[in-house]
Amino acid sequence: MSVLDVRGVRKQFDDHEVLRGVDLSVNQHEVVVLIGASGSGKSTLLRTINLIERVDDGQILLNGDDITDPGMNADSARSRIGVVFQHFNLFPHLRVIDNITLAAREVHGMSKADATERAMTLLVSLGLGDKARDYPDRLSGGQQQRVAIIRAVLTDPELLLLDEITSALDPQLVGEVLDLVRRLKTDGSTILMATHEMSFAREVADRIVFMQGGRIVEQGTPAQIFDSPQEPETVQFLSRVRH
Amino acid sequence: MSTSTSTPSWRPSELELSRRNVRRRATGRSVLIGIVSTIAFAAIVGALIVNTPGWASVKASFFNFEVGAASVPSILVGLWLNIQVLFISAIGVAIFGTLLAVTRSLRGPVFFPLRAAATIYTDLFRGMPLLIVLYLVGFGLPALDIFPRMPAMFWGTIALILTYSAYVAEVLRAGMEAVHPSQRMAARSLGLSHAKTLRIVVIPQGVRKVVPALMNDFVSMQKDVGLISILGAVDAVRAAQIQVAQSYNFTPYVIAALLFVAMSWPMIRLTDWLTARLAKREQIGGVV
Repeated sequence: MSVLDVRGVRKQFDDHEVLRGVDLSVNQHEVVVLIGASGSGKSTLLRTINLIERVDDGQILLNGDDITDPGMNADSARSRIGVVFQHFNLFPHLRVIDNITLAAREVHGMSKADATERAMTLLVSLGLGDKARDYPDRLSGGQQQRVAIIRAVLTDPELLLLDEITSALDPQLVGEVLDLVRRLKTDGSTILMATHEMSFAREVADRIVFMQGGRIVEQGTPAQIFDSPQEPETVQFLSRVRH
Repeated sequence: MSTSTSTPSWRPSELELSRRNVRRRATGRSVLIGIVSTIAFAAIVGALIVNTPGWASVKASFFNFEVGAASVPSILVGLWLNIQVLFISAIGVAIFGTLLAVTRSLRGPVFFPLRAAATIYTDLFRGMPLLIVLYLVGFGLPALDIFPRMPAMFWGTIALILTYSAYVAEVLRAGMEAVHPSQRMAARSLGLSHAKTLRIVVIPQGVRKVVPALMNDFVSMQKDVGLISILGAVDAVRAAQIQVAQSYNFTPYVIAALLFVAMSWPMIRLTDWLTARLAKREQIGGVV
């Protein structure tokens, strides 16, 4: 059974159709990378999966549970999914350690001591141990984004959504964030990510999904998509980004 | 962070030293002009007042040292009542104002009646003069004969809480709305409920944004506690009034006024200091 099953999802803002029937599944321990131009629907798809946007049609199943069912508790569905945003969205009034342990303590009922211990282990292993008591604005962008990732994975979510997490970073800081994503893949996380970093997508993805105009145009292994794309739209997009 | 106060690790160049000299001379000149003009202005105003035809009688009836000194103890006793009322009102306003602000920010059609009630409440109590609220609450509510007999200071406190909560709720709501929606989104994405998102993420950040405005409301409340005297509570104003009636001299009013100013002064300075500190933390303005 797949961790995520998106079935015929549609989303419309006013009279602009952003998602025109998307079908996508993500298997356990799989890393699926969404590529496509801005406005192709990647971010909106991630937002509907996280129930930030309500679907206008179709279904989203998380490990078999229909999270688009109105009877489903949206908060508990969101708590099973980790999300990392382009602009980090750390809480500026909370220290790094409190940012990371907030959901564990307030949503998952973990004791403060347990949550802190877990968080510190992760921070130290990433060389951020001395930042635990700092406020986020003291950290560099790369450090903030890595803290945001730790915040998202601390409670072992069933699925991790990464929405262009390196797009707001200076080029020399992108590497440290991508290193952490590589590590999450090695550790067996199930990841659905949107990115503009094509070489990283090629390296880390088990499957590449190319979106355009709110539809999935083509998907396959990185070799299939990057080396021998079948659809003319894919060919055109790749020729532009490689340029 | 600031470059002018920290000791630099380099020896300033001749150019920088000469620039500092020019600035120091300019500052010294400005301070001197400031002092001289202030003294001159005070002297002129003082001379004008002292030379008015009625000054002698005003001086005798408003600035009589003996009457003033004699009135201080009873006015201080009254002021203690004001301080108690202020303390309880501030706590009440913090609670009720926050509840109102949260109610006004509830979303969804289910909460329409609550939201509407809170909106009508804030509109009503921000528009109504505090004096009238005091009369209505202080004389109207006890007349219903459903409450046990309470002292005037109790009803005065209720009236203050009712009025000031409406102002504070609006300030808090503005602060909450100034918190970027992405903060709300990040909190909800972690699985936090709407209520926990408000309590842990939105309200703490929102309050921080409006601290100067909140403290300004507090300073304003500090003097408005004097209005409870109209309900018959023997506070500083009432105590001064009694002294005036006994001595046929207005000096006790001046004493009460000075005591109110003294009471609010630390808070006013603290507000200024906090505002300046917040501005410094933002550090966007530079030297402008």
